[in-house]
Amino acid sequence: MLLKDEVEMLRRITLFSGLPPAKLKLLAFTSDRVMYSAGENLFHQGDIGDAAYVILSGKADVLVSTQTGQLKVAEVEQNSIVGEIAILCNTPRTATIQTTTPLEALRIRKDDFLKLLADFPEMAVEIMRVLADRLSQTTSELTEARSRAQRAEA
Amino acid sequence: MEPRLSRYIWTHTRKSQLWILLIVALSMIPYFMSFDLPKQIVNGPIQGQGFETPGATQLFLPISFSLPYFGEVNLFSGIELGRQGTLLALSLVFLLLVIINGLFKFYINTYKGRLGERLLRRIRFELVDRVLRFPPHHLKRVKPAEISTMIKDEVEPMGGFTGDAFVQPALLGGQALTALIFILIQSFWLGIIAFVIVAIQAIIIPRMRRRLLVLGRERQLTARELSGRVSEIVDGIGTIRGHDTSNYERADIAARLGRIFKIRYDLYQWKFLVKFLNNFLAQVTPFLFYSIGGYFALQGRLDIGQLVAVIGAYKDLPGPLKELIDWDQARQDVQVKYTQVVEQFSVEPLIDPKVQEVSVASPPVLSGALAAVNLTLADDGGAKLIEHVSFQVRPGETVAVTGGTGGGGEALAEALGRLAWPASGRIVVGEDDIHELPEAVIGRRISYASSEVYAFQGSLGDNLLYGLKHAPLTEVVYEGDKAAHRRWELLEAKLAGNPSLDLNSDWIDYGAAGATGPEDLFGKIRAVLDVVLLTNDISALAVRSTINSVEHEAFTQEIVEMRAALRRRLEAEKLSDLVVFFEPGSYNIEATVGENLLFGTVTDRARWEEALENHPFFKTVLKRAGLHETFYEMGLEIAENVVELFRDLPPDHPFFQQLTFMTSDEIPGYEALLQKVRGRPLEEVSEEDAIRIIRLCFGYIEPRHRFGLLTEELMQKIVESRREFSDGLPADLVGIIEHYQPNRYMASATILDNVLFGRIGHKHTDGSDKIRAIVRDLFEALGLYNKVLAFGLDFDVGAGGKRLTAGQRQKLNLARSLIRLSDFYIINQPLLALDQRTQDQITRNVFAFLHDEKRDPAIVWVLSNPALSELFDRVVHFENGRLVHEETVEAPSKDSDYKELAS
Repeated sequence: MLLKDEVEMLRRITLFSGLPPAKLKLLAFTSDRVMYSAGENLFHQGDIGDAAYVILSGKADVLVSTQTGQLKVAEVEQNSIVGEIAILCNTPRTATIQTTTPLEALRIRKDDFLKLLADFPEMAVEIMRVLADRLSQTTSELTEARSRAQRAEA
Repeated sequence: MEPRLSRYIWTHTRKSQLWILLIVALSMIPYFMSFDLPKQIVNGPIQGQGFETPGATQLFLPISFSLPYFGEVNLFSGIELGRQGTLLALSLVFLLLVIINGLFKFYINTYKGRLGERLLRRIRFELVDRVLRFPPHHLKRVKPAEISTMIKDEVEPMGGFTGDAFVQPALLGGQALTALIFILIQSFWLGIIAFVIVAIQAIIIPRMRRRLLVLGRERQLTARELSGRVSEIVDGIGTIRGHDTSNYERADIAARLGRIFKIRYDLYQWKFLVKFLNNFLAQVTPFLFYSIGGYFALQGRLDIGQLVAVIGAYKDLPGPLKELIDWDQARQDVQVKYTQVVEQFSVEPLIDPKVQEVSVASPPVLSGALAAVNLTLADDGGAKLIEHVSFQVRPGETVAVTGGTGGGGEALAEALGRLAWPASGRIVVGEDDIHELPEAVIGRRISYASSEVYAFQGSLGDNLLYGLKHAPLTEVVYEGDKAAHRRWELLEAKLAGNPSLDLNSDWIDYGAAGATGPEDLFGKIRAVLDVVLLTNDISALAVRSTINSVEHEAFTQEIVEMRAALRRRLEAEKLSDLVVFFEPGSYNIEATVGENLLFGTVTDRARWEEALENHPFFKTVLKRAGLHETFYEMGLEIAENVVELFRDLPPDHPFFQQLTFMTSDEIPGYEALLQKVRGRPLEEVSEEDAIRIIRLCFGYIEPRHRFGLLTEELMQKIVESRREFSDGLPADLVGIIEHYQPNRYMASATILDNVLFGRIGHKHTDGSDKIRAIVRDLFEALGLYNKVLAFGLDFDVGAGGKRLTAGQRQKLNLARSLIRLSDFYIINQPLLALDQRTQDQITRNVFAFLHDEKRDPAIVWVLSNPALSELFDRVVHFENGRLVHEETVEAPSKDSDYKELAS
């Protein structure tokens, strides 16, 4: 796939929709285009985060290791961004991402990603929206889980 | 150390000083004889004294003297010589005396020089020896650069002074005294005048010079501080730039230089003032002679002959006197320097030399428990790090220390590792204080590792084995010249008070690593590297290195043979698309256009650039192959793309790291170039511009840059023109390119590139990790892995190990302790730079390793992750410097862990 096709693809992702085309091209050029087959890990929980991934095509599971084994907490698919938390907070990866189908992604290195956020506040806002979405989802799931636990106790 | 330099010199060089004094005294004889001779030559043969009659002869060299009670003794009655003969003979004697004087001077100077150098060697050694015995708290306070300046520069003048320390005053003092006595004999009053002036000089000048000494001391201190600051700047450059404090540093340095300037300028002013005064006093004496002596002469109380003799004799006085004063100045100067240095190095309590004595024998096993008895540790400010802790580790026991930062566990470990000394209380092994036992026992039977690592500049292997180099274990047998040189080394070392330990001996204590000799040491190295998970790092370093293909021919052959094995392996694992191999007949899509065209790599980048621009060869071949125009178009496209992408970015933008075609400062140039050539056919573009554009193509890789510039047809053309490049290469370009040949090792490429003989595809993110794992596996399968690791062990870690990552350094440091067979391992959060998962894994590995092979050493481990404490026999918990909690880990959980480890 050529650079200009990638730019077309990036333009369709909400996160980057506010960026001018020239910058999208630069982003595509400086990032790595990576491909995975089904069952591979994009990254592993506990690793030190060095990049974020924009999924261009394919699907993957978000897995968290618990005492009882791997627990699937979510699924990600085309146009979503994963792995940005470890970059933003400088913490180890909070989850493992495992592909379920062949997957194509754009790997954006940590420094480049942070620089982009600094250069384009629109993107930062979009990232915030993604994070807030996830937080509200997590909260509602937590509430649900708690009430289930309470019911079980009763 | 001896506080007075002169006494220090006298103690260590007494015999030599006396000898040189004697030689100097002897040398005076020919010296004075040569004074008298010119007069004899002029008066005798030249002016004809004693040759009044033609044909007169004189006795040459009669040797006779008279002894009391014995009368005249005539040893040699001399030779009868004519006027010309005498002239020749006397001139020859003069020449002889010149030679003898020269030889004396030569001997005296070399002797004095050698004396000085020996003393310098002695002082320097003594100082470094003291550094090795400094107490830990003192080492925290001093700056390394200041210490090294003192040892390197500040003691240097002492060497120069040593030779003159006693000879000079004796000689010059003698000369001055002779002249003074002569004047006194001629005329008492004039003698007194001369004496008074000399006394004034001798009293006033040294006094004035005291100020000079004060200034000199200040100069020395400020210069030393400057060197300390400069080294701080170099060490802390990251912090300085990171915090934008470079201008603060500039201000600080400027202020320091200003102070140094002021001191030095003051020094000059004083120096020349003193000089002026000194000269004035020396000149004023003849004035007194002329006026007062003349007055006496006019009155008739002094005859003119005497006056002339006095004035003549006085000529010989200021010279030696001035030199004597200069000598005194030098003496005080070096004395000040010496005192300064000695003060800095007189630290109490120094470690007793007995504690560090060389011991070749292997030390006894420590059978007693390692215990802290009522131990209190304090930091530099006196704050208590731990207070009244009593704690015991029995041999074979494993103890986890928890409590986190500030708890006190780390401080305890440091104390057990002798990095910190107790403020009160003791640390004992059995009955003995560990600070009184010889280091030959403690330093070998107790191993300490923490996250504070020091790696010495040298190879990785040397650093790993550093902890085994306790004593020279083999006697090296030298032969021929080398034996003579060794004898000389030993003699000189003895004369300068240096130890005679042989650095060429094998210092590695194989037994201490559980090996029997150099042959099976590698097995041990491999084992500890595996334990700390450093093996992969080292093999990665090794495969990225280039090796001397002539020296290791057999190995390179094996590497070449591996290429086929790698292909088979990749095919078997269905990973063939991981690597795109170099095939003479096809285009390698993952390699640059340049590599594809040359089918080889450039060995000399600078020469290549030069040739590309100036050598007609490339242009003609490109033209002949029909690529000239295509490449120009392609280069133009690349330039357009790059300029579009990067035009607006500031030059230090991190994105520039992805740019391989040009550097950030070349972009404006290309932008202008594009405007100039855009829309014009190639014929109208100047040759120079065309080359600038064409050269951009050489770095292009389609899957990486994705500009869509390579067509099937073009790739075909490039492959076809390969032969032209390889066969037609002119003689002056030979060696610039190393061609890819499937059955030959490429000396300029890394080991990995040689194994791959291709390029790793861009499609897989972890392609290079995967391939490295496969290659590692292959090495292991073919029995080459240890050889590869051996190349990795040759890797130069750089100053302070800076060429390794922090994690690698800490792993190396842990491995360095583990390779030693000790009774106690004190391990103090050794791997803080690594992520928790790896830390845990290494901790478990270390446990399994240390309790392997029927060994049962005690372990004290300051844990950063308390979850691991289940591995241990006992857990002690520290809070605020106190041991608050101590419990034995229950056996079952430990058992299950051991089962887990065993499995």
